[in-house]
Amino acid sequence: MNDRSFLGEEFENALLQINRVKAAEIFQRCYEENQKFEELEHLAIHALETIGNGWEAGTISLSQVYMAGVICEGLIEKYLPIMQIKRKNMPRMAIGVLQDHHALGKRIVYSILRAGGFEVMDFGQGLSVEEIVRKTLENQIEVLLISTLMLPSALKVSEVKEELVKKAAVTKIIVGGAPFRLDNNLWEKVGADTDGKNASSIIGIIETEYGKAGE
Amino acid sequence: MNSFERTMAAISHKEADRVPLFLLLSLFGAKELQMPIKQYFSKPENVVKAQIDMKEKYQNDCIYTFFYAPIEIEAFGGEVVFVEDGPPNSGEPFIKSFEQISKIQVPNVHQADGLKKVLTATELLKKEVKQEVPIIGVVMSPFSLPIMQMGFEKYLEMIYFRKKDFKKLMAVNEAFCVEWANAQLQAGATAICYFNPLASPSMIEKNTYLATGYEIDKRTILKIKGPTATHLASGRAFPVVEELLATGTAVLGFSGDDDLTAIKKATQNRLCLLGNLNGIDMVNWDSKIVNERVSHLITKAGQGGGLIISDNHGEIPWQVPEETLLELSEAVRKYGTYPLTRSH
Repeated sequence: MNDRSFLGEEFENALLQINRVKAAEIFQRCYEENQKFEELEHLAIHALETIGNGWEAGTISLSQVYMAGVICEGLIEKYLPIMQIKRKNMPRMAIGVLQDHHALGKRIVYSILRAGGFEVMDFGQGLSVEEIVRKTLENQIEVLLISTLMLPSALKVSEVKEELVKKAAVTKIIVGGAPFRLDNNLWEKVGADTDGKNASSIIGIIETEYGKAGE
Repeated sequence: MNSFERTMAAISHKEADRVPLFLLLSLFGAKELQMPIKQYFSKPENVVKAQIDMKEKYQNDCIYTFFYAPIEIEAFGGEVVFVEDGPPNSGEPFIKSFEQISKIQVPNVHQADGLKKVLTATELLKKEVKQEVPIIGVVMSPFSLPIMQMGFEKYLEMIYFRKKDFKKLMAVNEAFCVEWANAQLQAGATAICYFNPLASPSMIEKNTYLATGYEIDKRTILKIKGPTATHLASGRAFPVVEELLATGTAVLGFSGDDDLTAIKKATQNRLCLLGNLNGIDMVNWDSKIVNERVSHLITKAGQGGGLIISDNHGEIPWQVPEETLLELSEAVRKYGTYPLTRSH
């Protein structure tokens, strides 16, 4: 095992134990050894991806996924200015919860994207179709991430899509949340462009599929 | 054999005339009576009529007096948001700060408007069905209720980093849960469905659950003066089967993600399984899929009793067609008649 993977494993364990102090120590060590933001980013994203995969496999809890995201978000937040790095603002992204007030899923994805160095607007929760569409248009959002917990909220995504199309917006929609996990084809039925089953896969999706959305 | 006897046989790990079917129909009653959901839940008499009608229509083996999850939040002074095609949802969490927790009072279950309606519906239903059909009341576990009281993110912060606040809120919730469960039993409920999604390792890691919510669950279930069914609301149950069994619960609502063979083996003659059909996916099921799912479930878990067929979340979604439920009911009679044949 090389130093990088050893450090990665140690960092992941600290996250799974919700040990903020230990995680910060490992991050600091990585910073001192490498002085490269890419290394810190890799440490955070790799750990979050592994943890996300563990959740999908049933070996890791949703609470651990959430806490790991929040810890990593905080660490990246701290080192961005230290290393004079600006957040990536392409594509223009926003996230929101349709209809209900269950914001955990949104918060997880938000944290993971922030931990990956991305800029993402938070539209909040309990949003109506009209509100989310208006905010999307006003902010010229290219990738809209919609989180839902309840089936009726998930079904409302089709109305969001319809309204955006009517307004000639080319915004791509990525959906996530329990209804989409329990019904594999639901994302297509509601007209979403991508299904983000595992929150940790979001960075890969953004980089490979939407990295050039604004071009 | 009536529904009560059939259910009792299953819980006693005996083979009755057939596997019981618990269609957990809550807001579906509004569809049955063709009225808006908010209007439906405004009068206990609506729930009584719909429950009786749906019991006959779907050959259902239980009466379900569950209105909606945030009815308990209403009792605490929180907000409920009604939508036209789904379960009423909790609004913005009413606990905005940790400091607020020490001021929260245990609501009086006989004075809260929504809870009184549930108790009235339970009393009326008991008069109708007497001892022939089990009436299932519902409570949220003290450990899971804060997800609606304060929002999941804030609650997790409290679980991990604010032990004193956690203990204070649990004391309030535990007292409320026990009082609410016992009031329903007194009104005529046969058993209490104890919803506890946060006990599932899908939601929180097992060691944290054991160090936090588990002792509370053990104490609470012990104080409920009637049988309980612990329901993890589609979260995985297998990794905590032994612990949940030790709480004294008689039935376990398990997940579509649980390994059917493994969980049956672990619970055989010890704990009755309730589940585990995927309610969300059920929206898409045709007759063939209904038959496949029901047949598979009964073949894997029906032998020797100890199985009640149900959805895995605790509520049939509004979007599931009535025809699907009728097919499901027929499939249970087709494949679930004892003695089971192994050929299907």
